[in-house]
Amino acid sequence: MKELTLATLIAVFEEIYGRGLFWSLVVISGIITVAFVAVLIRDRGIASRWLVRAEITAPLGAVAAVWFVLWFTNSHLADIGGPIDWIVIAWIALAGGGGLTLLSYTAQAILGHAPRAKT
Amino acid sequence: MTERTSAPRLSRRALMGLGAGAAALGALPVAAPAQTPAPVKTAARIVILGGGAAGTAMANRLVQRLDGAEITVVDGRAQHWYQPGFTLIAAGLKPSGYSVSRTGEWLPSAARWVNEGAAAIDPDARRVTTTGGEVLEYDYLVLACGMVLDWDAVEGFEKSQVGANGIGAVYAGPEEAAATWKAMDNFTDKGGIGLFGRPATEMKCAGAPLKYTFITDDYLRRKEHRDTSQVIYTAHNDTLFSVPIVNEKVKLLFRERGVDTRWHHVLRGVDAGARQAHYDTPEGRKVLDFDFINVIPPMRAPQVIRDAGLSWADRWVDQGWAEVDPETLRHRRYANIFAVGDVAGVPKGKTAASVKWQVPVVEDHLVADINGRAGTAVYNGYTSCPMITRIGRAMLVEFDYENNLTPSFPGVISPLEELWISWLMKEIALKPTYNAMLRGLA
Ligand SMILES: Cc1cc2nc3c(=O)[nH]c(=O)nc-3n(C[C@H](O)[C@H](O)[C@H](O)COP(=O)(O)OP(=O)(O)OC[C@H]3O[C@@H](n4cnc5c(N)ncnc54)[C@H](O)[C@@H]3O)c2cc1C
Repeated sequence: MKELTLATLIAVFEEIYGRGLFWSLVVISGIITVAFVAVLIRDRGIASRWLVRAEITAPLGAVAAVWFVLWFTNSHLADIGGPIDWIVIAWIALAGGGGLTLLSYTAQAILGHAPRAKT
Repeated sequence: MTERTSAPRLSRRALMGLGAGAAALGALPVAAPAQTPAPVKTAARIVILGGGAAGTAMANRLVQRLDGAEITVVDGRAQHWYQPGFTLIAAGLKPSGYSVSRTGEWLPSAARWVNEGAAAIDPDARRVTTTGGEVLEYDYLVLACGMVLDWDAVEGFEKSQVGANGIGAVYAGPEEAAATWKAMDNFTDKGGIGLFGRPATEMKCAGAPLKYTFITDDYLRRKEHRDTSQVIYTAHNDTLFSVPIVNEKVKLLFRERGVDTRWHHVLRGVDAGARQAHYDTPEGRKVLDFDFINVIPPMRAPQVIRDAGLSWADRWVDQGWAEVDPETLRHRRYANIFAVGDVAGVPKGKTAASVKWQVPVVEDHLVADINGRAGTAVYNGYTSCPMITRIGRAMLVEFDYENNLTPSFPGVISPLEELWISWLMKEIALKPTYNAMLRGLA
């Protein structure tokens, strides 16, 4: 690859998802992040009862993300070759797990009431 | 070399993109263009022959760099073919439509598209005549008309045979690639003798014949017919790949996979009924039986280039590639003519990945010329080939004129290791990168 700049990366991602979907995904993840920060400010910290439940979803998110990528790319876990492959898989799992945790925490915090006791 | 992007601005955008204020991005104008120098005012007439990978990328870049230029793209084909996708189609992983789009949808509106082929070029009079008889005068001419596949050179072969009688032809086009998958799927269901190989001419993506050998071997294994099958690779000389270190690695993998390699075999004909292939070898004609064959014909520059006297006179005489300087891609006898992509007579670089490196070089010299300056950009022969070694793994092989390996991600993705991430590059990143290149964005 000649020059891997952010502009190139954005152009490539626009092509992968289509311009509309890519920027929708960016906006949606932005909104979730902002919502997460907002409930943190509202509750003045992390509420542990939501966190525990949210964390339970992490492995689910991790497995789902890895499964999706393998399915989407016609490959299997057995195709993992060198260390870089494991690192990429770990990042995908982390992103899936972290993303779902964030989402489920934020959803609970918005749908549920403000916690009675602050942790 | 001059680059158009400015680092501070990028890192600020990067921070914005990654920061908590990501939502604000949605409100920004989509993908603000990287900083480019102010367009050069000119009335130059530029004719680009071919609207494939190289011609389209060239047109989009020139439109951004020039103000007032009269840019004409000449190409008689209404369909644009993303050819690296043919391998995936012939592997049964993508439908034939995966590689097909419309030529017109990629071309900039500021350029004029003449939907006809070039029939004649008069480089002294600076004039192109189209197949429809239209005469186009130019100040600059960019040859981007790719190559022709010389099917007639394979006796007994017809494109209509592809898909039946074990005949495949991955290179022929998206429909033929899909038909090849049908034949290969049938073959791997039963097993038998599979023949693979390459022509003795220069060829586009010299890794593709090897990839398809590996893929077929993989399917035979998955379907448990490998033990009862023979996979034969007929090399046109005594190597499998022109870059020595890659050659050794592929030899090793072929040994591991039990691929039977025959050296100095050049395909001359196929007898579909008898399922036999004929080869020229140093010992004379040889005949090999097959249950499946991937036919790849000799490749040559389009006739119009050769008729115009733009080819090398003393190199590749049977092939006719355009006589350009390997570093600047400027014609050695006509300073106002450049060649990009497959048609360029340079020792490496017949891949779409090379096009990505060649286009900015021609752009630099052409725009500098118009500006009355001298261009500085140099093409180093960069060529890349994601060498699929089985479905799910590949080696990201990148090299230059000197046969140096030039990995894009040194120390991270090693070029001679079979990796899943390299497969990801081919499977999901290559087409988007190619499309971004067509738009002049990558
Ligand atoms: C099976 C296969 C696998 C490949 N795999 C890879 C890969 O993995 N990675 C990679 O980087 N590259 C790969 N390539 C190579 C890549 O597709 C080509 O190198 C690339 O398309 C070259 O671009 P080009 O513009 O020179 O030619 P093309 O994209 O072929 O475009 C040439 C254009 O010129 C037009 N034309 C022809 N004659 C005339 C004329 N007389 N007048 C006007 N127009 C004319 C044609 O209609 C066509 O539109 C592969 C190719 C094949 C066939």
